[in-house]
Amino acid sequence: MFKFLLRRAALTLPTFFALMFVTFFAIRLVPGDPVEVRTGERGISPERLAQFRHELGLDRPIWQQFLDYVWNLLHGDFGTSIVTNERVLTEFFALFPATLELSFFAMVFAIGIGIPAGVIAALKRGSIFDQTLMGLSLTGFSMPIFWWGLLLIMLVSERLGLTPVSGRIDLIKYYFEPVTGFMLIDALLSDQKGAFWSALHHLVLPAIVLGTVPLATLARMTRSSMLEVLSEDYVRTARAKGLSPFRVIGLHALRNALIPVVTIVGLQVGSLMAGAVLTETIFSWPGVGKWLIESIGRRDYPALQGGILLISSIVILVNLTVDVLYGSINPRIRHGR
Amino acid sequence: MAADAAVAEVHAVPAPPGPLRAFWASFSENKGAVFGLVLLSIIVLVAIFAEFVAPYSPIEQFREFSKLPPFWVEGGTTKFWLGTDALGRDTLSRLIYGARISLFIGLAVMVVSIAIGVSLGLVAAFAGGVVDVVIMRVMDLIISVPGLVLAILIVAVLGPSLANTIVAVTIVFLPRYVRLVRASAMGEINKEYVTAARVAGVKGLRLMLRTVLPNCLAPLIVQAALGVSEAILEAAALGFLGLGAQPPIPEWGSMLADSREFIRSNPWIVTLPGLAILVTVISINLMGDGLRDALDPKLKRS
Repeated sequence: MFKFLLRRAALTLPTFFALMFVTFFAIRLVPGDPVEVRTGERGISPERLAQFRHELGLDRPIWQQFLDYVWNLLHGDFGTSIVTNERVLTEFFALFPATLELSFFAMVFAIGIGIPAGVIAALKRGSIFDQTLMGLSLTGFSMPIFWWGLLLIMLVSERLGLTPVSGRIDLIKYYFEPVTGFMLIDALLSDQKGAFWSALHHLVLPAIVLGTVPLATLARMTRSSMLEVLSEDYVRTARAKGLSPFRVIGLHALRNALIPVVTIVGLQVGSLMAGAVLTETIFSWPGVGKWLIESIGRRDYPALQGGILLISSIVILVNLTVDVLYGSINPRIRHGR
Repeated sequence: MAADAAVAEVHAVPAPPGPLRAFWASFSENKGAVFGLVLLSIIVLVAIFAEFVAPYSPIEQFREFSKLPPFWVEGGTTKFWLGTDALGRDTLSRLIYGARISLFIGLAVMVVSIAIGVSLGLVAAFAGGVVDVVIMRVMDLIISVPGLVLAILIVAVLGPSLANTIVAVTIVFLPRYVRLVRASAMGEINKEYVTAARVAGVKGLRLMLRTVLPNCLAPLIVQAALGVSEAILEAAALGFLGLGAQPPIPEWGSMLADSREFIRSNPWIVTLPGLAILVTVISINLMGDGLRDALDPKLKRS
């Protein structure tokens, strides 16, 4: 098992290295000079410009800049934002909890509805419920989520006035120093009355928007996986033994049907990150996705570089974990590979 | 007379259905797929004949009629069926021309990624060794970056435009085609018919393209159909973020982005472009499901 883990982890190393290479050189190709952006439109003396370039290391040969970049990365230095002068790693992890909180609740929403709905649809195959669910799932699957977000804002926030339009909490009423970075927990810790509800209120709509595509995918996957399992011999045997339907479905069928579903959940992480970029932009949710888009506008190379590298690394690590977990919950896959 | 009888006898035996007919029989069993096909055909026709269908030019501004709702809503006029945007441009016309853009992006991404994907996939499968490892590692790298994030990076580097949107989305989708083709080619390569062809002296390109490729087509076609709809969504997302087609091109995603500020006052301007994206994507996905059921029985949805 340990050997398998090591081998699997070693396989991702070249990917990390290539990732550094690509992010570094891609960002250099971006049109627009970061120093000029930082100094603004105002005229600046050539000496001052040269000094800036020197400070940022932009006057050195490009391969040397790359080696420095890798060396710094290995020491946990992901660069310094040209705009805010803040370390990219610090900035990223200050914002990441917001994205994590959003993604977590999106997945809770998707799993909490998608899996039961998929199971029921499989059990009542061909029924109205099944057909409606499959229709809805196709719609969810095809949904441009940026539009879905705007639509929900129009209906739920504007028309019905049920939820706020943007942000993570009502900043006029509540203010407290972030402790964990997770707004719900921080709100509870702050002991301010109503803060938790305000945070929850802000979270609902974005989580639904981000969770819609995974929900549709999960419902569909669970349904077909469940249908496959229900026709297996061991399920028939369990039925024939006279086990209660609840035991047959809950213990025998569901456990096996969920194996491929777990993989799907894990593999959603990449698309969740992509979805987070859009969702955060729509709801002005202060997470890494919105920050990434803003970095492009500000031509903040190091932030963009570090951000993409960090997001991709997280996705690679999660996929690796899912792979290993999959091996351990599915006895059919042995680690001897 | 005997010949006639023989002919009659031949006709009496039902001819085995041709591949196209068998395909259609299987495809048309799925009512959703046929519905999707019909819907998509309409959208395609509208897009092709946009000049004749659209009442106005997509960039003509009727300043005195800005932000009108559709005609069935109070304040709307039949002069502009689906209303107008903030600059007084006819929404219906913009949507119609937008169909052209979205479908073009979807098709272009599909064609280019199939061409490159098939080449790389076949080369990886046939060459093996270092070539295979290098190609597949690069594909792994592309996959490891979340699709939209990678597309954003590429567009940030190349600059936002319609052409660069196509480049970015193609790169994002490439690995699927490469992996698919490589996997199916690897499955075929050791089969007897390929060995037979080899023994008969078939080599190189001919072996790849004429012998092996046709047997890898079914999953490829299915992937291609679903790839078009995903490409449209991805391109619209880029457009929405302001990184896709630039104004005044009537791209659906950027139309949505332009209209965001009117979400309170003029919900129609926001609603319609998104609806156009959704309907198009659904119709392609419905059709794709039918294609999969008909062409690739192994993947058949139960």
